[in-house]
Amino acid sequence: MSETVVSAPAVRRRGAASAAWSNARAVYIIWYRDVLRYSRERAQVVASLAQPLLYLIIFGTGLSSAIGGARFGPSGANYQTFIYPGIIGMTILFTSIFGAMSVVWDREFGFLKEVLVAPIDRSAVAIGKTLGGATRAMIQGLLLLVLAPLIGVALSVGSILGIVVLAFILAFALSALGVALAARMRSMQGFQVVMNFLMLPMFFLSGALFPLSGLPDWMTILTRLDPATYGMDALRRAVLGSAADPLGVSLFGQIVPIWLEALILIAFGLVMLGLAVRSFQVRD
Amino acid sequence: MDQPVAIAAEGLVKKFGEIEAVKGIDLSVRTGEIFGFLGPNGAGKSTTINILCTLMKATAGNAAVAGVDVERDPAGVRSRIGLVFQDPSLDQQLTARENLEFHAFMYNVPAAVRGQRIAEVLEMVDLADRANSIVMTFSGGMRRRLEIARGILHTPTVLFLDEPTIGLDPQTRRHIWSYLEALRDREKITIFMTTHYMDEAEYCDRIAIIDHGSIVGLGTPDELKATVGGDVVTITTADNHAAATELSERFQLAPMVDNGTLRVEVDDGAGFVPRLVRELSVPVESVAFRRPSLDDVFLKLTGRAIREEEAGPKDMLRMMGRAWGGRR
Repeated sequence: MSETVVSAPAVRRRGAASAAWSNARAVYIIWYRDVLRYSRERAQVVASLAQPLLYLIIFGTGLSSAIGGARFGPSGANYQTFIYPGIIGMTILFTSIFGAMSVVWDREFGFLKEVLVAPIDRSAVAIGKTLGGATRAMIQGLLLLVLAPLIGVALSVGSILGIVVLAFILAFALSALGVALAARMRSMQGFQVVMNFLMLPMFFLSGALFPLSGLPDWMTILTRLDPATYGMDALRRAVLGSAADPLGVSLFGQIVPIWLEALILIAFGLVMLGLAVRSFQVRD
Repeated sequence: MDQPVAIAAEGLVKKFGEIEAVKGIDLSVRTGEIFGFLGPNGAGKSTTINILCTLMKATAGNAAVAGVDVERDPAGVRSRIGLVFQDPSLDQQLTARENLEFHAFMYNVPAAVRGQRIAEVLEMVDLADRANSIVMTFSGGMRRRLEIARGILHTPTVLFLDEPTIGLDPQTRRHIWSYLEALRDREKITIFMTTHYMDEAEYCDRIAIIDHGSIVGLGTPDELKATVGGDVVTITTADNHAAATELSERFQLAPMVDNGTLRVEVDDGAGFVPRLVRELSVPVESVAFRRPSLDDVFLKLTGRAIREEEAGPKDMLRMMGRAWGGRR
């Protein structure tokens, strides 16, 4: 044999800076792909607003009448106004989890392979997918802000900024959770389980539809373990203004400040992101 | 003249539990050659390709692609190879150009050359005029071409193709091949591909025949065919069984029964046929002789024919998926 093996240039080391840069580019393009696809799904975007509207208009009006026009909090919000931020949070919750399931779609349709064989760190995949899903969910939730005048909620530039930040933090935490789950799923069949045993309980326990005070102990504990609780509560206080603060979720007898709720969500999101990274790093 | 090695593998073994899918494969693929990996389904082709592409870890043995060890520096290998998978892996909701842009970012193609390189590869596979169409509207052949364009976008030194033409009609398959050959000449790229279509293997510079996880034959198509002997004679008779006995006893040949016909290898087919018809006691119904094909090589090496009908249910599903176009 007249062949010479080209000697491996002893595991070529790219500079750490350039590796970080190529991973950042990968995060960007994975995020951008999600946003690009979202921008093409206009019909779906409009259709997915139907569910929150049903909750607000029909469920809200119906239950409001059933409970005899009860008022919530010191500012005396009616039921519809009370659940309005909760419905924004619900939209973020559902869109985040649904969005993360696109990882499973990508697996089934083969595109995930293209992503996973690229010479980038798998953490870039997890981060890009999480940020892409979070962006979609945030926008989807914020779209509902156009209803504020109809609900009778006055928003200022300051409160809108606060809502945007909180909506993104909630969307990030829930998208990270979704991606961590989806990274382990091999088919869409598992999605039914995720929906019934995770997404819906998280929604019902989050306080989107009722105040989380005066509940039986077992349920109080469950609501406090639900990360979505802190997002819903923070959103409610940002949307309805500081007058709603006394409605806030309490831990150990203290009302949790909004900044702490945001921190809890960020911490939860980062832990989930870590799990997602690990799931993607598994190689056969 | 010394030629550098694009792919080198020694003693590759892959076990899935108790099952040994790959049983110690040695390979040496030269730079710039089209190397075919030929074998039936389940022979270990895809497993081997997955190990070389760093998608799977070998149980034992070692391999280097483009001079980089697959075990020690998988990312280094991945940046130097292009991949076209057996199953489609495009984002069907994006345009051809957007799919390529995604790839360019993932493979760190410098921004300065990105647009030009994308135009170049689209031109190469005749898709320049469809650059801004959504992939969902593409035919199976167009999607494959786009995947090939994507595979070479980041100027890899080795291009791996896993059954690149499975499920495509013969005309499209020929088309894909002309692109691959042009590509090799233009980009000086090494092409490593698996196939179970014998006629396609003819396009390769060298072929390895793999069966039950081991390489059973290696060489150029002509070299392999030369191992079969001069000519292949296929005979049908009134009683194939009796004829087979007679052929081996009186003619000192090794007849093989295949699908109701007998086949023997002889040095001189033109001289053998008249003698056969004259001397065989069993009446001959038909007889034909031809130069050996790779099918004959495969039959000789493995004792059975490779057939497209061997495609398993999963392949059938794949073909249907392609035939029906967009699945989403």
